[in-house]
Amino acid sequence: MFMKTAFVAVVAASILTTSAVFAGPTAEVLHYWTSGGEAKSVAVLQKEFAENGGTWIDMPVAGGGGDAAMTALRARVLSGNPPTAAQIKGPSIQEWYNEGVLADISSVANSESWDKLIPPAIAKQMKCEGTWCAVPVNVHRVDWIWANADILAKNNIKMPTTWDEFNAAADKLKAAGITPLAHGGQAWQDATVFETVVLGIGGPDFYRKALMELDPAALKSDTMIKVFDQMRKMRGYVDSNFSGRDWNLATAMVMNGEAAFQIMGDWAKGEFLAAGKVPGKDFLCGATPGGGFLYNVDSFAMFDVKGADKKAGQLLLAKLIMGKNFQKAFNLNKGSIPVRTDVSLDDFDMCAKLSSKDMAAATANGTLLPSYAHGMALRGAQAGAITDVVTAHFNSDMSSQEAVNELVKAVANSY
Amino acid sequence: MKGASIMSEWLERHIPKLVLAPSFAAILLFVYGFIAWTGWVSLTRSRLLPKYDIVGFIQYDRLFQSPRWDTALNNLYVFGGLFIVISMALGLLLAILLDQKIRTEGVLRTIYLYPMAMSLIVTGTAWKWILNPGLGVEHIIRGWGFESFRFDWLVNPKFAIYTVVIAGVWQASGFVMALFLAGLRSVDEEIIKAAQVDGIPTARIYSAIIIPSMAPIFLSAFIVLMHLAIKSFDLVIALTGGGPGYATDLPATYMYALAFSRGDIGQAASSAMVMMAVVFAIVVPYLYSELRTRNE
Repeated sequence: MFMKTAFVAVVAASILTTSAVFAGPTAEVLHYWTSGGEAKSVAVLQKEFAENGGTWIDMPVAGGGGDAAMTALRARVLSGNPPTAAQIKGPSIQEWYNEGVLADISSVANSESWDKLIPPAIAKQMKCEGTWCAVPVNVHRVDWIWANADILAKNNIKMPTTWDEFNAAADKLKAAGITPLAHGGQAWQDATVFETVVLGIGGPDFYRKALMELDPAALKSDTMIKVFDQMRKMRGYVDSNFSGRDWNLATAMVMNGEAAFQIMGDWAKGEFLAAGKVPGKDFLCGATPGGGFLYNVDSFAMFDVKGADKKAGQLLLAKLIMGKNFQKAFNLNKGSIPVRTDVSLDDFDMCAKLSSKDMAAATANGTLLPSYAHGMALRGAQAGAITDVVTAHFNSDMSSQEAVNELVKAVANSY
Repeated sequence: MKGASIMSEWLERHIPKLVLAPSFAAILLFVYGFIAWTGWVSLTRSRLLPKYDIVGFIQYDRLFQSPRWDTALNNLYVFGGLFIVISMALGLLLAILLDQKIRTEGVLRTIYLYPMAMSLIVTGTAWKWILNPGLGVEHIIRGWGFESFRFDWLVNPKFAIYTVVIAGVWQASGFVMALFLAGLRSVDEEIIKAAQVDGIPTARIYSAIIIPSMAPIFLSAFIVLMHLAIKSFDLVIALTGGGPGYATDLPATYMYALAFSRGDIGQAASSAMVMMAVVFAIVVPYLYSELRTRNE
């Protein structure tokens, strides 16, 4: 009698567990959005995923601006057990694809007609040999210049639209005893300023040749020398204490009136808003001098996973990430703009609206360009080689000609 | 009975080997095995993930063409040399001064030894604030009225590496002092007394008798300091972040940047192999000469 009951119990239990395995879509998501506003943004996605019957396994890896997450990802992939989706962006997606570990999510992309919703330049980076293998989350604009409205008004300065205007304004501010440019001396911040100068002085075509195609002729051209000349000028516009300063401390300098301008992506807006500052009144936002639009798009690459539940989870995740609801909620939290162009921007601030308008214009005239400084344009080794030269030039008395020579050499040596 | 005694004899003979075997196997795999693995990968074109097709010495070629690696290696020589020499000189001086049978020796010894108990991250962060021109020493002295005072080594690419030396020496010299103090105390009192009776001045007693008899302590101090210098990573990360630019990069931070930020594993592996070669080039001759003199 007892044996029989036990047997029934075991059978019942095994049926229960097997049915639990096919309970529904499951997604294990590796990401590095762990700080305040970012964590809130991910929570939106988690909630939506759960509401659609999915099981979300969170795998946040903090630290190192994603380096730690990439190390964790590498270990998982090498052990043959990749996560369902991982936060990877830019050319790294193609690098992982070349390792043969990404999945094809074209079915959901086609049924949701992503091709019509995403700017082609960005869509191209989400595809691996024609099939969709990643899903974009947002669009950060990198070529922003932020300004303290009070300082500009007091010194009778308008937002600069050319680098000459910027230099004139900066000289004026310096004479008045105000630090013209808030900057943090970290390699990636130097690179951020550098790419906006390349775009501003050389124009979109030069940017494409120099920082995307790595054309040696462009890299050692006179235009590039002018770019480094401007970088040398910028070095004179930062305060003497800038080495190693974090970007948000530089933003705080603009906020508190210690400095006039900062060149930084639109995550800086989050700092202004968090401090209760109002765009247009307390601080101003504008594109850096020159045309074009440099984007930094966060995305999730989808890995080739086994099991129907995980595959279902992957497709559901992709669909939700591109959903209007998530695109709006997430980007309101993060300071960026939605990647799909049909989301209403009524709740967004004026800077986001400007960003969206400029993105549409840039898409139309082909000047929507990937940011090199934020790993959108080049692979790690090449981007790193350029950054090394940029930061070495910015932090020493290297001449522009020397910098250009070093640049050509470093790029050739990075393959 | 007889079987048991053979058994215990066998055990007695082999137990040391049996006990050592697991750790020996672990070291063989996790140290030498991985050195071999790194050596292999350094000969490949590995990028994001390790690959195993050997292509020759191209990564070493790239490495020695890179100005950043040049800077890193130079910094290692500057930092390593100054760090070891100053820490040992300062440690020896402090030890000799403490050796003068003073009353508060226990307290002073603890004070000097304490920095060693701190993590290098803490040391680096504290010195970052102390040396920051806008917050630390320069700011304070200017506040006292010396407006032209300048101490901006931390943000000056030419001098930034010396700030790493300062912080490193501050951390390590107390530990070296403790080592030397133990060495000084272990010298035979009788010899020193005999020398004092002969009227030899104290300075000469130290330079001719005590310090030469401490040669093994110098070796230990040198080895400890040298491996601290070569694997220095956290101190640089906390103090300068490798900057300004990459002016304070060390081989270890270079290796980290290439392996973990840039997805260039082959290049990182080759830099690791060169780092190991540097260690061997210094340690092996030193160990060899030390061991040989001892055998004689």
